[in-house]
Amino acid sequence: MKVLVAVKRVIDYNVKIRVKADNSDVDLTNVKMAMNPFCEIAVEEAVRLKEKGVATEVVAVTVGPKAAQEQLRTALALGADRAIHIETDERVESLAVAKLLAKVVEEEQPGLVVLGKQAIDTDNNQTGQMLAALSGLPQGTFASEVVVDGDKVNVTREIDGGLQTITLSLPAIITADLRLNEPRYAKLPDIMKAKKKPLDVKTPGDYGVEVASKVSLLKVESPAERQGGVKVASVDELIDKLKNEAKVL
Amino acid sequence: MSILVLADLHEGQLGGATAHVVAAANAIGGDVHVLVAGEGVQAAADAAAKLDGVSKVRIADNAVYAHQLAEPMGALLVELSGDYTHVLASASTTGKNVLPRLAALKDVSQLSDVIAVESADTFKRPIYAGNAIATVKSDDALKVITVRTTGFDAVESNGNAAVESVSVVVENGQSSFVKQELAQSDRPELGGAKVVVSGGRGMGNGENFKLLDGIADKLGAAIGASRAAVDAGFVPNDMQVGQTGKIVAPELYIAVGISGAIQHLAGMKDSKVIVAINKDEEAPIFQVADYGLVGDLFEILPELESKL
Ligand SMILES: Cc1cc2nc3c(=O)[nH]c(=O)nc-3n(C[C@H](O)[C@H](O)[C@H](O)COP(=O)(O)OP(=O)(O)OC[C@H]3O[C@@H](n4cnc5c(N)ncnc54)[C@H](O)[C@@H]3O)c2cc1C
Ligand SMILES: Cc1cc2nc3c(=O)[nH]c(=O)nc-3n(C[C@H](O)[C@H](O)[C@H](O)COP(=O)(O)OP(=O)(O)OC[C@H]3O[C@@H](n4cnc5c(N)ncnc54)[C@H](O)[C@@H]3O)c2cc1C
Repeated sequence: MKVLVAVKRVIDYNVKIRVKADNSDVDLTNVKMAMNPFCEIAVEEAVRLKEKGVATEVVAVTVGPKAAQEQLRTALALGADRAIHIETDERVESLAVAKLLAKVVEEEQPGLVVLGKQAIDTDNNQTGQMLAALSGLPQGTFASEVVVDGDKVNVTREIDGGLQTITLSLPAIITADLRLNEPRYAKLPDIMKAKKKPLDVKTPGDYGVEVASKVSLLKVESPAERQGGVKVASVDELIDKLKNEAKVL
Repeated sequence: MSILVLADLHEGQLGGATAHVVAAANAIGGDVHVLVAGEGVQAAADAAAKLDGVSKVRIADNAVYAHQLAEPMGALLVELSGDYTHVLASASTTGKNVLPRLAALKDVSQLSDVIAVESADTFKRPIYAGNAIATVKSDDALKVITVRTTGFDAVESNGNAAVESVSVVVENGQSSFVKQELAQSDRPELGGAKVVVSGGRGMGNGENFKLLDGIADKLGAAIGASRAAVDAGFVPNDMQVGQTGKIVAPELYIAVGISGAIQHLAGMKDSKVIVAINKDEEAPIFQVADYGLVGDLFEILPELESKL
């Protein structure tokens, strides 16, 4: 079985972003970029499926600018076998990404597709679900455990009230939650080897997909800043402030 | 304008989030219908019919909708969406699971986690863990939106809408429900609680979370946690507050042994009053706390419990 993983280039999760002075967008100049943490978990899961002998090949795919090849090389260093880069400098949103991924699914016919549950920049949490719908496939979102069993997959999902387990027919779409696994670090020899692994470059046009969206970004603002408050010296003072100043007790 | 709100369910009952989503629908304006889909959900439909501003409740009561699996729910929404200009759901794990399928099948974008309505086509939503607020305008014929409940005050229940059955029954051969382990708790839901007490890695282990119980009992609070506490296995996943857990905005949030990483702040910084208890006076949580108490939580918590 082939496993496809989608990875996205985003700002590093430690970076605190700033809004541009003209409120047109956030300022990403010279900001450290990295693979979306949820995508690292997705890659790790795919690689583990291969190590267990469940998967035969792991293919990583990204949609984004030329620089996004860095994240594909990371995926290859972590154990993916080959990569597909759908190159575009446009602002591509979830629906267009899902349409492109659906074309790749049609071409590659994977048994499983693993994505992150959300990208930490736009926090949309929708691409995997959209891909599942467009491909006519079932979905196991927010997965904390994935067990392939013949032509089915059992997925444990992190839902609001606790955990839910469902069974899906294969092929299926999985989106990774934080506790699915702990991703490994790439070792230097693997990083070297990754440079030689195949990486195909395509464009949205090759797949006949129009990436324009009907959603426009009108402005981006900083949220209301919270004023840091005071330090209290004792539990008594804390209770007094909460009762008499904040009036929440 | 005609708006369909997908109701949240909790073990067959109407979830608290729906009253917030109806408030968002009322802010858009127009005819507001609520869809209650599941198995054995008449009581939930009756509760939805009382929500202020709702003109009709549509009930789809069938085994295929049990547990609101994404595939049949998405298909049902596609069938019904032709009658509407907007489809809304809460940004719960159900709304996030189901709504993008509707959007994709209708070839429209989805706006996630909306916190404010500017007009019928323009909305505000947080991006980058809430460190920026984007104003977005959708020119799609159908607007598909998930709503962050903390952005809208719940409507009251003085209404009396008609409840109508939906005859559409879709098929689902692709997914099936196996089991569910839901946390049992007498405490209020994290999302709706007026007071939240959260513990982090500083709690040391799961047993020590009992130190929060007594305080939560006295304050009628829900108990939350940081990701580090959940990852370490101190407490279950449904207690995680943050960018990738639950978003809360209670009257009072007490963070105990939590450092204040941006991903955690994303889930609680809209709380009205924040208290931080941490032994490290440099911890970033103090930058957002209204009241900070520097010290050892193992000494402070018992004292706080006894004096409340
Ligand atoms: C070059 C470029 C510039 C952009 N500039 C802006 C901007 O300035 N302002 C703005 O608001 N938006 C911008 N975006 C758009 C924003 O990044 C999209 O909303 C996003 O690509 C898709 O939604 P998401 O990542 O939030 O999806 P989510 O649903 O949150 O992501 C879930 C998962 O889907 C997969 N996935 C998502 N995107 C990709 C991808 N591109 N390739 C492969 N897998 C993917 C990953 O596995 C990810 O973990 C830009 C996008 C690109 C490519
Ligand atoms: C993609 C991604 C998503 C994430 N999503 C979330 C999320 O949704 N929610 C979330 O919370 N985190 C999230 N995180 C993790 C986040 O970055 C932090 O790692 C996490 O919040 C740290 O938890 P903590 O504050 O409990 O632990 P730590 O940072 O280890 O802090 C523990 C604190 O306890 C204090 N302490 C220790 N002992 C005592 C004592 N005896 N008395 C008083 N104080 C004491 C210490 O001084 C310290 O400040 C995410 C990370 C990533 C990469």
